[in-house]
Amino acid sequence: MAPLVPSQEELQRRRIIGINAETVTNIPSTDFPGHWPGESHSWALDTFKKNFKVEYHRNDPYEASFSLIGLDAAVANAFRRILMAEIPTLAIEYVFVHNNTSVIQDEVLAQRLGLIPLKGSVEGINWMHWFRKPSEDEEGSSAEGPSDYNTIVLHLDVECTKNPNADDDEQDPRKLYNHAHVYAKDISFHPVGRQEQFFVDDGAIRPVNPDILVAKMRPGQKIEMEMHCVKGIGADHAKFSPVATASYRLLPDIKIERPIIGEDAKKFAKCFPKGVIGLEPVTSDEASRSGSGYEGHAGEQKAVVKDAFNDTVSRECLRHEEFQGKVKLGRVRDHFIFNIESTGQFESDVLFLEAVKVMKLKCNRWKRGLHDFMA
Amino acid sequence: MPGSIHSQDPQENDQSMVDAEPETTDPILLDEKRIVVLPGSSETAASFQFEGEGHTMGNALRYAIMKNPAVEFCGYTIPHPSDAKMHLRIQTTDSTTALEALEKGFNDLIDLCDVVTEKFTEERDSFNAERGNRMEA
Repeated sequence: MAPLVPSQEELQRRRIIGINAETVTNIPSTDFPGHWPGESHSWALDTFKKNFKVEYHRNDPYEASFSLIGLDAAVANAFRRILMAEIPTLAIEYVFVHNNTSVIQDEVLAQRLGLIPLKGSVEGINWMHWFRKPSEDEEGSSAEGPSDYNTIVLHLDVECTKNPNADDDEQDPRKLYNHAHVYAKDISFHPVGRQEQFFVDDGAIRPVNPDILVAKMRPGQKIEMEMHCVKGIGADHAKFSPVATASYRLLPDIKIERPIIGEDAKKFAKCFPKGVIGLEPVTSDEASRSGSGYEGHAGEQKAVVKDAFNDTVSRECLRHEEFQGKVKLGRVRDHFIFNIESTGQFESDVLFLEAVKVMKLKCNRWKRGLHDFMA
Repeated sequence: MPGSIHSQDPQENDQSMVDAEPETTDPILLDEKRIVVLPGSSETAASFQFEGEGHTMGNALRYAIMKNPAVEFCGYTIPHPSDAKMHLRIQTTDSTTALEALEKGFNDLIDLCDVVTEKFTEERDSFNAERGNRMEA
C-alpha cells in the first residue's frame, strides 16, 4: 500500500509552533516514521534535496545572515554548536613575563592578552598542527614542545616615557607620555622557520582590531613579554571560538483570523515592530461580501501582515482585550534564520561551510571507529 | 571559492583544519574516540557509548536514526554532565540490526551535509553576484 500523503494544509499546520499568551504548543517534530499512521516520513535524500532551501539576507566579512529552510532543529542546532565550539583558531595560550612593572598584575594581563582575537594567513593556520604540551613525568613522549608548525611567537615590549614635547598645561596622559596606553597594535609578530613562507605581508599574524586597550602605564613602567599562540577549539576555551555570536531564530508567523479595522488596526500595528503590520483600506468588494466581517466598513483601514520576518514575537498583541481571538502567533518549525558574526579570522560564510565540513568529518570518523569495532 | 579555509587540491577535499595531521597526535578532538557497546545488548537492541561527544552529534544522530522506518526506538542521553560521554540507545525491528541502523544514521547525516554545502554555496554565490551587479548599476 502506498503511504498516505497528508494535504498541504495539514503539512502547513504541522509546520507552525503555536505561541500563546502563556503557553507554547505543538513543539516537537513529528516527521518520523510511525508517528502518523499510514504516512512514510522515512529519510529520503531526494525529498530533502527538493525541500531544503537557503535564503541569503546579508553577507559581510564579519557578519552573515541567512535562512535554512526545511531542516530539523537537531541538525540546525548541531551546526550552531559546531560553529561556536569546534572550529579551530589561534589564540595566545602561554605568556612569558620577562618584566612587568605596570600596575596590572601578570596573570590579569595574560588573561587579557589571551582574549585578543588574532588573524593571519588562512593557508598558514591550515598548515599548523595542534600544540601538545610535553608532560614532565612522561619522558620521551610523542609531544616535542613548541616548534614552527605548532606555535606562533609574539612579543610585547613597551616602555612608558615622558613626552618632552608636551605642553606644560597638558592634562591628557596619552599626550603627556609616550606609551601611556598599551594597545593590541603594539604586539609584534616574529615568524620562525617555515612561518616566514606562510605568514607574510597581509598574512602576518596580528590582532583583528589594533585598538584594543591592553594596559595603562606611567613613566618608568615597562612591559616585556613573549607570547606563544597555539591552535585550539572553543570547547576548550572561548578565546578559541571563531565566532562572536552564532545564533538562529525561527521565522515568526502572524495570522489575522478575524478583521481588525479602524482605530483597532492602528493600535494593533503599534504592538509590533515597524513594518511588520501594514494598514490597507477595505475594498468595496470585501465590504459587499457577507460574512467577511468587513460589511459596511468600505474605505476604513484594516490591519494586514506585511513582513513577519522582522517581528520579535513579543506577544504584546495578546495582552489586549480587543484582539482576543482575532490573531494567532506562531513560528515556523523548519525555518532557521541564522546570524553569524565572525571574530575576524575567517569570513562568516566560510565559517558556516566549515561547520558543515566538521560535522561531516565527525560522522566519517565515528563511522571508521564503527568499522574497527565490527571487525 | 575565494577565502576558503581549505587548500584547492581536489585530493584533499575531505581535509579540514580539524584533520590537519594524523589522528593519534590530536589532543582535543581525537584522543580516545571510541565507541563502546554497553552490556546487555542484542542484535536488534543496543546502547552505544561515545566518548568525547555531546549534544552536537547526539541529537543530530538521534534524528537521523529515528528517520529509519526499521528503527523502533532511538534516544540519546548524557548520563553525567562532567563525564564527556554520550549514550545512544537503538532498538530495531528484525529486518535490521542496531549496528546497521547506526551506520545508516551516519551515512544519512553525511549525505545531508553534502546537500547543505551544495545549496548554501550556490545561494551565497548568486547572492554575492546579485549584490555585485547592484553595486555596479
